[in-house]
Amino acid sequence: MSVALLEIRNLEVRFAMRHVTLVALRDVSFAINRGERLGIVGESGAGKSVAAFSILNLISKPGYISAGEILFEGRDLTKLGPQEMRKIRGNRISMIFQDPMMTLNPVLTVGTQLTECLHAHRELSEPEAREIAMERLAQVHIPSPEARFDQYPHELSGGMRQRIVIATALLTNPWLIIADEPTTALDVTIQAEIMDLLLELCESQNVALILITHDLGVVSQVTERAIVMYAGRVVEEAPTREIVRAAKHPYTQGLIGALPQQTESRRRLKQIRGVMPALTEIPPGCAFHPRCPYVLDVCRVQLPGYSIKNGARVACHMVAAQMQTEAKESES
Amino acid sequence: MTVGSGRALVEVRNLAKEFPLQTGFLEQLHFNHGRISRVRESVKAINGVDFDVVKGEALCVVGESGCGKSTVARAIMGLLKPTSGEIRYENKRIDTLKGKNLLPFRRKMQMIFQNPYASLNPRMTVQKTLQEPVRFHYPDLSPAEIGEKTAAVMQSVGVDPSWTVRYPHEFSGGQRQRISIARALAVDPEFIVADEPISALDVSIQAQVLNLLMDAQEQRGLTYLFITHDLSVVEHLGTRVAVMYLGTVCEIAPTRTLFATPQHPYTQALLSAIPRLNEVRPNHIKLRGEVPTPINLPKGCVFHGRCIHANERCLHDVPRLRKAASGVQVACHAVEEGRL
Repeated sequence: MSVALLEIRNLEVRFAMRHVTLVALRDVSFAINRGERLGIVGESGAGKSVAAFSILNLISKPGYISAGEILFEGRDLTKLGPQEMRKIRGNRISMIFQDPMMTLNPVLTVGTQLTECLHAHRELSEPEAREIAMERLAQVHIPSPEARFDQYPHELSGGMRQRIVIATALLTNPWLIIADEPTTALDVTIQAEIMDLLLELCESQNVALILITHDLGVVSQVTERAIVMYAGRVVEEAPTREIVRAAKHPYTQGLIGALPQQTESRRRLKQIRGVMPALTEIPPGCAFHPRCPYVLDVCRVQLPGYSIKNGARVACHMVAAQMQTEAKESES
Repeated sequence: MTVGSGRALVEVRNLAKEFPLQTGFLEQLHFNHGRISRVRESVKAINGVDFDVVKGEALCVVGESGCGKSTVARAIMGLLKPTSGEIRYENKRIDTLKGKNLLPFRRKMQMIFQNPYASLNPRMTVQKTLQEPVRFHYPDLSPAEIGEKTAAVMQSVGVDPSWTVRYPHEFSGGQRQRISIARALAVDPEFIVADEPISALDVSIQAQVLNLLMDAQEQRGLTYLFITHDLSVVEHLGTRVAVMYLGTVCEIAPTRTLFATPQHPYTQALLSAIPRLNEVRPNHIKLRGEVPTPINLPKGCVFHGRCIHANERCLHDVPRLRKAASGVQVACHAVEEGRL
């Protein structure tokens, strides 16, 4: 297997508050290859955005990376200085945020923002930068780019703004795009268009994509592999199709079962009882055990390790026990 | 006019609501080519909406942001005064009522809002929040009876009645939404308008709240008007669906019929855009252009600029909701003429 484009090993992120130190991410590891599309799924507070932000070293105080490595093309990003990091951030790795109105500067024209990004990373003349910017605007299917170039963000619709943000992310030909809930603020028809666009661009330019979302439907249609996070930990990783078809972890099963489209209309939905614990009160053992329908005694005391099988991994005592008995049966 | 078999509980007739952009006289004055002229623009949030809510059903109103679905909900509840049109509740016109005359309807109609962080008063304990409407609508009840009533309603939404002395910030988002539901149910309403009640919640909590809403409907025989943009929720909860686009209703149909055979071109595009599990990326119908501004509405059918089936007639004639099949109403010339 080729060397991964980005590899995260045993990442731990803490937030030092006045009285306590919260562990927002614990022992998070995953990798992504060139041109691959990876989904990170979870509910709010699961740590998916913290994971994405820490890749680009965007965790601000009081948060800090307390352990682990983030290897991008073999270099550990956690050890880079601000100057070095700036050469990677926005250049080799781009990020798309949730709300396009917050990401774009309201007092600068679209064109200024695009060329500014180019000037920051490349030595280009103004006409050259303009030409590249125009090309990217055409790539994201913006009608009449010349007219849009001199407009301000407020003159554009939400979908159009998100296209501009995507064009900005593509300016420097990055190898990896991290999209944090890129369509949550948009309507379904626009969401479908933006997702089509992201998919098309990633495929045509062989860009890797990390898609962070709470929407399992979006993940199932766009990504090849998915990670499910719960209370700061990866609980399951598998090819997306496997997760959707036969999720192993009880939490993933619950998430998928809770979707209205999985149940016959007007029937009660399969719900997960309780709520995700706050970071201050993560229970001992498996963090999911108070909500788990299959809870065992060991779940209450011992943090489950990963059971790995066929390129999928699950952090669950029950699944581990099942796999063991299966292995024994096949031996005998 | 009733659709289906049941009796219409709420009738909305030709409802329109405009929000003026320039409210002050001086704001309206514009200086143009050496002349002063008075300009009055307005946002046409809804224009000519007609539908019935049948007793016992869950009518879902869907549409994209800005299509006027919340305005319809607020107008029905009397939170906004409609510019024109009529709203009837049990055959009595309510949009013109005021004060004492409106009071009995206020008890029968309750609303659940989108954001449980904003719709509960942070300075009132849950007990106060729940008891206030009961005390207001049932002045004859003793304090003990009011306490019993609110405890029972809290129990029914799955919030421990011993937590009544707590403040909203002590609860999670899902529990807060349960409390807002309890507040709506506390006065024994018949009709509940829920404006995006689950869109601020996480997936696992959404399922809990949807189940709660369905249970409450079954136990209390409630009628719902459910406003949402989430089509998979509509498919699950709604008995009938009204699809809105730019302030008009383009299609009303029983849920199953709508999802199986959408007729209006906009409904077809909207349904094809739902991200579904277990499916390879489907070819969704791409709409050209963007939603026009509700300040300058397009002439004729509001959808004509984005519709691939539009012809000369669509540019001039406003399509009216017409019966297309049993229980299905569509506002589209192409469907009516059989071109589609």
